[in-house]
Amino acid sequence: MSDSARRPHDAAPAAHDTPAREASAREPLLSVRDLHTYFDTDAGTARAVDGVSFEIGRGEVLGIVGESGCGKSVTSLSIMRLIPQPPGRILTESSIRFRDEELTTASDKRMREIRGNDIAMIFQEPMTSLNPVFTIGDQIAEALRLHKGMKKKQAREEAVEVLRLVGVPDPERRVDSYPHELSGGQRQRVMIGIALCCEPDLLIADEPTTALDVTIQAQILELLLELRDRLGMSIMLITHDLGVVAEVCDRVAVMYAGEIVEQGDVRQIFQQPRHPYTEGLLLSVPKLGEKTDRLASIPGVVPAPTDWPVGCRFHDRCPYGWELCVREHPDLFPTGDGRVSRCWLEKHPERREQSPGYRPIGAGEEVETAAPAAGTTPAPAGEAGPRSAQRGSR
Amino acid sequence: MSTSRIASALLPGLGHVMAGRGFTGVALLLSWLTLLAVAALGWPRIAAIGETGSLDDWIAVVALVLTLALVWGWAQWSLRRQQAGGTIGESQWRIAGRRLRRDPLALIGIAVIALLYLVAVLAPLIAPYDPIAQENIVETSYLAPSLSHPLGTDQFGRDVLSRMIYGARISLAIALIAVAIAISLGTLIGAIAGYLGGWVDAALMRFTDMVLAFPRLVLLIMIVALFSSSLTLIILVLGLTQWPATARLVRGEVLSLREREFIQAANALGMSRRRIVLRHLIPNVLAPVIVAATLGIGNTIVLEAGLSFLGLGLQPPTPSWGNLVSDGRQNLIGAWWVATFPGLAIVVSVLAFNLVGDGLRDALDPRLRS
Repeated sequence: MSDSARRPHDAAPAAHDTPAREASAREPLLSVRDLHTYFDTDAGTARAVDGVSFEIGRGEVLGIVGESGCGKSVTSLSIMRLIPQPPGRILTESSIRFRDEELTTASDKRMREIRGNDIAMIFQEPMTSLNPVFTIGDQIAEALRLHKGMKKKQAREEAVEVLRLVGVPDPERRVDSYPHELSGGQRQRVMIGIALCCEPDLLIADEPTTALDVTIQAQILELLLELRDRLGMSIMLITHDLGVVAEVCDRVAVMYAGEIVEQGDVRQIFQQPRHPYTEGLLLSVPKLGEKTDRLASIPGVVPAPTDWPVGCRFHDRCPYGWELCVREHPDLFPTGDGRVSRCWLEKHPERREQSPGYRPIGAGEEVETAAPAAGTTPAPAGEAGPRSAQRGSR
Repeated sequence: MSTSRIASALLPGLGHVMAGRGFTGVALLLSWLTLLAVAALGWPRIAAIGETGSLDDWIAVVALVLTLALVWGWAQWSLRRQQAGGTIGESQWRIAGRRLRRDPLALIGIAVIALLYLVAVLAPLIAPYDPIAQENIVETSYLAPSLSHPLGTDQFGRDVLSRMIYGARISLAIALIAVAIAISLGTLIGAIAGYLGGWVDAALMRFTDMVLAFPRLVLLIMIVALFSSSLTLIILVLGLTQWPATARLVRGEVLSLREREFIQAANALGMSRRRIVLRHLIPNVLAPVIVAATLGIGNTIVLEAGLSFLGLGLQPPTPSWGNLVSDGRQNLIGAWWVATFPGLAIVVSVLAFNLVGDGLRDALDPRLRS
C-alpha cells in the first residue's frame, strides 16, 4: 500500500464535488453545497444526509438513485425545507442556493412563496397525495388561486386546461371528480398538474412512478419530459429504478448512506460505473436479450444512519474493499472523464483487477472475504473483518 | 323538461314516484302535505301575525316557509341530478348518504328527529293551548287525556301536549346549540394541538385533561348554584364542558392524517398552516366528529332533563321536558300522564339520535367502504 493513499486528500472536498463538465458553462438553477440533515432520535443522531453537494442546471434532469434509507428523500425535503424540526435539523454549514437565494436561511414566509411557485414536488403515492374530500378541480384551482391570485371561476377554467395538458381524458367532466374516482395513473397525472400549474422552475419528483404499473410508468415519464420541454423547467428525479434513470435523466447522482458516491453523465455511468456500489446496482438489473441464470446482488443491507461505518461507508458490502477502506473515508475523487467517485479504487486502480468482483446471488455468501486482506496490516481494533465489525456494532 | 319534472314542480315527490323512486317520493309527498296541513290549520294565527304576532310566532312562520321552500327545492334538485345521470363527482359524503339510505333504523331515527325539530320550530302553529296560561285551576287541573286535551292537563290545568311541544323547543335547542359549541371548540383545539404538536399540543392537551377530569355534573350544579339559571347559562355550561372528548378524538385523527401525503403535498405547495388545518385537516376529520356530535345531542338532552328534574335547569313555568317530568313526579299515581309523556319524548328523541349516530358511524366508516 502506498503512503500517498493514506494521506488526507490535498484539495478541499468542495472542489471535488463539482462535476468538472460544463458546470461553469452555465449558471446552475439549484446548487446544493455540503448539505447535512441530521435527526436526533432515541438511538442517537441519525446522519440521514451527510455532506451532499450537487447542482441542477436549467432544463436539466438530474437523477438521484439509491436504496431505501440512503437519504434521497431527505435531500429533497431539505431543499423544500419540509424536514420536521425537531427532530430534524439542517446543519449551518449546509447551503442550498436556488437562483440567487439561500434557502437554508430564508424566512418561512418566503419559503411558502417558493414552494409550489418556484419549486414544486410530486410524491410517490398518488393514492394518498390528493385530498379525498375535494374534487381534483378544486385542488388544482386552490394552487392557482394561492400562487397566481386567480378568481374562482378563472381558476376553474384554468384547472380544466391543466387537466388537458397532463393528458386526463374528458377534462371538462373530470374536473368535478373526486380522487377516489380516478385510477392511480390518472391521480399521478393530476398531481403533476397541481405541481406544474404554477409553472415552477424546478420540479422535485420523489419516486413518481414507483406505485404505478409499468405501462403507466412509461406514460408518466414521457409526460414529465414533454412538460419539461414545453415549460422549460428542471427536474430532480428521485428513484431507485435504474431503468427510469436511463430513460429520462441527463446526469445522475448515486447516493449511498447519506452521501453521493458517484456523479456524472448518465450514459457514462451506465456504460462504465466507477464506484463499486453503482456497479452492484447495475449488475442487479436484468438486461434484455441476455441470458443469465442468476443476477448479481450486493450482499448485506445499508447500515443504520445513526451508526455509519468509520471508513468508506460501503466497505462492508464491497467486493473490492481492503483495510484502507475500513480506516479512511474516501473523498469524491475526479475520475478524469468528468465524473466523480467516492472510492479508493480511483487512487488504487490496480486493486480492481485483484478482486473477482460481484457474484451472482447464492454463488457464495461470504463475499467480503473475496477481497484479499492486505496481510501486512491487521484490521483496526482487532475486528475480524469489515462485515463482522459492522454486525458487531449494531 | 320531462313530465316528471313538471309534476315535481307542482307537487314535490310526485315526480320521484313517476321516475320510479317510490320511497323518496312518498317521503317527500308526506312531508309536503304535512307542512301544507300545518299551514292550513294554523292559518288564523298566520293571518293575524301582523297585529299580535310575538317573536315566537314570527320564527314559526319563517321556519314554515323556509321548510316548504327547502322540500320543494330539494325535490327539484334531486330529480334533475338523477336525470343528468353520470357517476362523476360523487363525494364521500354522498357515498355515505347512499349507504345511510339502506339503513332502516337510521332512516326511522332521521324521520323522528326531523319531526321533532319541525314540531319545535313550528310550536306556536301546532300547540293547541298556551303552555303557560293557567285557567280555572279547580276545573281543569289533572284532567285525564281526552279529545280536548289529548295528553291531559297538569296540576295547574295546563295542557300537557302544548307544554311538551314548547318543551321540545327548549330541550332540543339547548342540546343542539350546546353540542354545536362543544364540537366547534373541540375540533379546533384538537386539530391545532394535533397539527402543531410540541409544546402547543402539550399545553392544550393538559388543559383538556383538566377539564375532562372535572366531574361534570358537580361543575354544572356549582355554576348553576352560583349564578341564577338562565337559558344562555345552561347552553354555555353544557357546551363548554363537553368539548374535551371531541378535542381528543380530533387530535388522534389529525396525528395520523398529518403524516398522510396529501398534507405533505399541501405543504409542498406552500400553503400556510392555517389553511392546511382549516381546509385540509378539518374536513377530513369531520366524519367521526359528526358521529360524536349526533350521539352527543342525545346525551345532552338527557343531561339537561336531569338538571331540570333536579330543579337546577330552567326555572318553571318555562316548559322543558325535564321540568315536565319533575312536575308530574308529585302525583305519579293519580295523574300518570303528566310525567309519562314528556318522559317518553325524552326516550324517543335520545333513541332517535343514537340510532342515527350508529347509522352514520357505519355509513362513514372507511373500513366498510368497498
